[in-house]
Amino acid sequence: MTIDQPSRLGSKPSQPGSPVAFRLDAASGLPTYMQLVQQVEHALRLGYLKPGDQLPKVRDVVGSLAVNPNTVLKAYHHLETKGLVEGLPGQGTFIRATLSRVPLAELTELRRSLLAWLVTADAAGLDQDGMVALVTSAMHEFREHRGAASGERKGVA
Amino acid sequence: MNVVETSGLGKRYGSAWALRECSLTIPAGHVVALVGPNGAGKTTLLNLVVGLAAPSAGIVTVLDGQLAGSPAALDGIAFVAQDMPLYKNLSAADMVHMTRNLNRRFDDSYAKARLAEVGIALERKAGKMSGGQQAQLALTLALARRPNLLVLDEPMAMLDPLARHDFMASVMAAVAEDGVSVILSSHVLTELERVADYLVLVSHGSIQAAGAVEDLLAGHRLLTGPASEIDTLAGRLNIVHAQRGEAQAHVLVRTDARTDSVPPGWEAHPVTLEELSLAYLREPGAAWLPGPARSRAAHSMEMAN
Repeated sequence: MTIDQPSRLGSKPSQPGSPVAFRLDAASGLPTYMQLVQQVEHALRLGYLKPGDQLPKVRDVVGSLAVNPNTVLKAYHHLETKGLVEGLPGQGTFIRATLSRVPLAELTELRRSLLAWLVTADAAGLDQDGMVALVTSAMHEFREHRGAASGERKGVA
Repeated sequence: MNVVETSGLGKRYGSAWALRECSLTIPAGHVVALVGPNGAGKTTLLNLVVGLAAPSAGIVTVLDGQLAGSPAALDGIAFVAQDMPLYKNLSAADMVHMTRNLNRRFDDSYAKARLAEVGIALERKAGKMSGGQQAQLALTLALARRPNLLVLDEPMAMLDPLARHDFMASVMAAVAEDGVSVILSSHVLTELERVADYLVLVSHGSIQAAGAVEDLLAGHRLLTGPASEIDTLAGRLNIVHAQRGEAQAHVLVRTDARTDSVPPGWEAHPVTLEELSLAYLREPGAAWLPGPARSRAAHSMEMAN
């Protein structure tokens, strides 16, 4: 099997000027604007986006995803009312807050310990559904304990 | 401003009415999906709007009251017909040249810049282009006229999935940049679901539903519950379409999903645009037409069913 040199592939961003690009999942069942909102929040949590970064321009998003511009505007407006972004007339939409208070290095370390746990769980014979169920239930228990102790922590810094 | 307004509009070919009693108002600034089965009257309606056909009854005005087909109306509307009409022996440059000379308004530099952007060489003959390139050339000629309203009749019927996506992305980019209003027709709703924010549903030569997608979705609900209680439900809510089994039924009702409570014993789900359209198309007697007087008439007609 031969693979073409990926010289051109992915060298030119489809939504330039921003650290992230959007994609759509037809099977997600979520409205298109909500998919865009969640992708921004996800990128914020994982540290791909940080305050000061610019979101893709509306024209570039519709030009690559073929969606109605109002859908993108609705998503950006939604993020703005959540206090995560700010639209500057004539310039674009910029990240103003972050969802992650954990530095990237620490996130990487947490991810590594999670992977180690997954290996242990796999060795113990747990399948993927079993792992998800276990994590979900543990998270539930954790939240109840913490909720009783301290009340909910705020997500937005 | 309204981009299209019709009142009692009808078109007859011989003794058959292709379109009948069509009263419709489409506000500016929307991407409108004109959807209906083959032969429903979509192309007839579009031909009347762009002035290619004259009404047999009623009137149609465009772009804030201009009579369809009048010089002012023609200047403001660009139309791409179903079969992407291009002269196969002419090059892209010749097509641009010709279109410029046939129209009062034409942006030559925009046309050439856009062709370069989509990678169409000016010397290439239309007949030698791929389907996707032909569609992009036709779209470029239409957009270079700098229209207020762009009308596309089944624009993607002949295109492969990639060309479809690129074509629609180009149209949406034009909407984002120039704020042009767009009407697209198709018998496949799903290909317009992501782009349209306004729906006009046509079947059997009449308009069955018209309105902003957001309002249509918020104005309907899918209820699941005991089939034996459908009659009770019908006494309280407008049923558009019911799908019933022996015990359980799914009922698409007209209701304000934002404020109305769910009837006891029924489970509510939001509707998708596709479910909504199918429900209306299956019930030719049902109609959802917002606006004064007209909607009340439609409601009372629906009650009588």
